[in-house]
Amino acid sequence: MLEIKDLHVYFGVIHAIKGVSLTVNDGEIVTLIGANGAGKTTTLRTLSGLKKPSSGDIILDGINITYTSVQQRVKMGISHVPEGRRVFSTMTVLENLELGAYLRKDKAAIAKDLNMVFDLFPILSDRRKQMAGTLSGGEQQMLAIGRALMSRPKILLLDEPSMGLAPLLVQEIFNIIRDVNKAGTTVLLVEQNANMALQIAHRAYILEIGSIVLSGSSEELMKSEDIKKAYLGG
Amino acid sequence: MKQLLQQIINGISLGSIYALIALGYTMVYGIIKLINFAHGDVYMIGAYVGYFCMTKLKLGFLPSLFVAMIICTVLGVAIEKIAYKPLRNTTRIAALITAIGVSLLLEYGTMFFVTANVRTYPPMTGILTRTFQIGDVIISMQQILILIITVILMILLQFIVKKTKIGKAMRAVSLDRDAAELMGINVDTTISFTFAIGSALAGAAGILVGMYYNSINPLMGILPGLKAFVAAVLGGIGIIPGAMIGGYLIGIIEVFVSGYGYSLYRDAVVFAILILILIIKPAGLLGRNTGEKV
Repeated sequence: MLEIKDLHVYFGVIHAIKGVSLTVNDGEIVTLIGANGAGKTTTLRTLSGLKKPSSGDIILDGINITYTSVQQRVKMGISHVPEGRRVFSTMTVLENLELGAYLRKDKAAIAKDLNMVFDLFPILSDRRKQMAGTLSGGEQQMLAIGRALMSRPKILLLDEPSMGLAPLLVQEIFNIIRDVNKAGTTVLLVEQNANMALQIAHRAYILEIGSIVLSGSSEELMKSEDIKKAYLGG
Repeated sequence: MKQLLQQIINGISLGSIYALIALGYTMVYGIIKLINFAHGDVYMIGAYVGYFCMTKLKLGFLPSLFVAMIICTVLGVAIEKIAYKPLRNTTRIAALITAIGVSLLLEYGTMFFVTANVRTYPPMTGILTRTFQIGDVIISMQQILILIITVILMILLQFIVKKTKIGKAMRAVSLDRDAAELMGINVDTTISFTFAIGSALAGAAGILVGMYYNSINPLMGILPGLKAFVAAVLGGIGIIPGAMIGGYLIGIIEVFVSGYGYSLYRDAVVFAILILILIIKPAGLLGRNTGEKV
């Protein structure tokens, strides 16, 4: 469904992404694991169009989208939950969710999806009139995911959903990601928490300073000695 | 007591003008973090458009107001597209210097076309000449009109910002541009829209001032522009209700200073307020020091 071919991204003279290629198939959860500064966030930002690559191709369902706008990509079904959640802090929970459906015109279906998000995250329903900035970190993460789902994405790009959350909440968020995936949304998950990510992902890519160094099914990678040493703390 | 009430009423009229201009400053700052120093000159253009509508085209006050707002909207959007948009990803100081350049261009460009002479608005006729006496206090129809128009425009603005789709997009872009873009919001359109609304309000302020004080000239935008900027900072720059409150406060304070015999100091007092607020509460009356939750 989503394919990246030989992607190169620069920040000025710094070569941040050095020829990354990866594939995400329909219905999968694929995780991109790596240390701080490996280029995970940059890869996602390039996928959603916030950052322009210097070369390489991004292909969604057979269409080359490398040079399309962010807007266009949202319309085509890419939804990006950015690092640090980035909810609109002085807008209400409901307004945040409505903004997620900004490009949609089908009012009835939007209302239905709103209910779907509230079913997925009942706490958001209780707080719908509250300012997003007053939510806890975990609730903000739920809001960010809910907001992204409001565009009815084919593929959800998640950037560090576990960042700064208590272990119990991390577990909850990951369960929800799994549910969202089971309901039919493909997921590309960027994580530093390799352990958790490998548990829910079907396949994984390991990114080190701008290049993919290893890839395979999650089971394989969890058994690999190198991965255990470098990423799983054992 | 009579003096006090009378000054408050005069202050509200002047404050309405400052508030209308301050709103444009604050909205533009909120969305692209630029102090648009050309904003006071858009207000001046509004006054001139109103003047020509009333004298040359013989339009009534309200149609002239409408035309002035439309022309200023177009001007504001054009300024943004031509002068500021190409600089959006450069340093803020580059955009700021450009804003000062645009300001000078508008001032002296206007002077080139209409000369530097002071013009006088045609005398108001009919109902606009009426005055009312309540107790010892005198209120003119013009003052009432200024207040009514300002309040209507502010309610309209609040409605647009709070309830409409484009208003929500404006707030989203000013809170977090990247996140707004990820929602599929067209950031360029949203910024243009912000300039459009701010400039329309400035245009309205221009013609109201022409009607109220009668005389206009190409440099009339400088001082009210700066004072409206002080009003926006006083209320908390980037915060819409802050600009309204700041505008009325500055208007009332200025009128009080002149009314009680210190009219030579009225400008100094306004800028002293700017200095004080920057020392005591730099975020402004309604501003908070924004903490970030990670």
